[in-house]
Amino acid sequence: MEIVGQLQKQFVDFSTSLYGEGFLDEQYLQLQKLQDESNPDFVCEVVSLFFDDSEKLLNNLATALQQQVVDFKQVDAHVHQFKGSSSSIGAQRVKNMCVAFRNFCEEKNLDGCLRCLQQLNHEYFLVKNKLETLFRLERQIVEAGGTVPVIVA
Amino acid sequence: MNGLGAETQFHVLAVDDSIIDRKLIERLLKTSSYQVTAVESGVKALEFLGLVGDEEFSNSNSKCQSVEVNLIITDYSMPAITGYDLLRKIKKSTSLRDIPVVIMSSENVPSRINSCLEHGAEEFFLKPVRQSDVNKLRPHLMRGQKNVPNLNKRKPVEECLSPDRIRAKLNHDLE
Repeated sequence: MEIVGQLQKQFVDFSTSLYGEGFLDEQYLQLQKLQDESNPDFVCEVVSLFFDDSEKLLNNLATALQQQVVDFKQVDAHVHQFKGSSSSIGAQRVKNMCVAFRNFCEEKNLDGCLRCLQQLNHEYFLVKNKLETLFRLERQIVEAGGTVPVIVA
Repeated sequence: MNGLGAETQFHVLAVDDSIIDRKLIERLLKTSSYQVTAVESGVKALEFLGLVGDEEFSNSNSKCQSVEVNLIITDYSMPAITGYDLLRKIKKSTSLRDIPVVIMSSENVPSRINSCLEHGAEEFFLKPVRQSDVNKLRPHLMRGQKNVPNLNKRKPVEECLSPDRIRAKLNHDLE
């Protein structure tokens, strides 16, 4: 039981830091609310979809920005999609990066877009890493016989 | 899940090209005990509803029973057919126009919102959609139940209830 307590504390501290540092926002809490005994893996499933979708989008963005003649409308469409999906799961920093990115698309600023893509990649892999850590902690708590603490903003 | 008349759960058709948002809206709707069909495009939605091009399937009652839809909730920005296009097509269809339609969008554009409401959308939700938004659907579903005792009949509706409801809603929102 000592281990469970430690893991739970680790989980709470880590979660709190994610919200505090703006990696996650309210929407992630909303996702938690939709998870229950009949849908115990809901959050993990949605986040997995987000990971797959995001990596596709990042590839599409890289390709689109490498074209001889860049189609900024197409780039913007990808960023719009990314903004939507990150917003839907509560990945706040990714979403904010997308907002900045769209401004550069509108200005047809290639340098700006390339810089944004770099930062977007960075933010995405950061939050991916954090979420994977979060899920790992949850699994460890459950495996040790404990229940995952519920975080309320 | 039985397929008998009035005691069936409400059936909501959700339309969104984002797989993440489809999963989200489906879960939200299911927590309200609605039966959900989620499709990825306006084209798929129209096929499901029995509208191909501007022709309606000559749906006999047997087909209607299995695809009765009590509400349609659709994303606005979709490739090919937008949520707005879908709304217009539904409202132009004699068999479908009494089905309440709700639009979702990640962008807060007043002209877009007004346009959708003017053309018959019951509600406009900003994404990400919350439980509190989904709770607003019930009155529209309940009203549908009272108005048309048997949606399977598919008679053209003489009195167009929809425009009055829109006017009432617009007036309320513009005050």
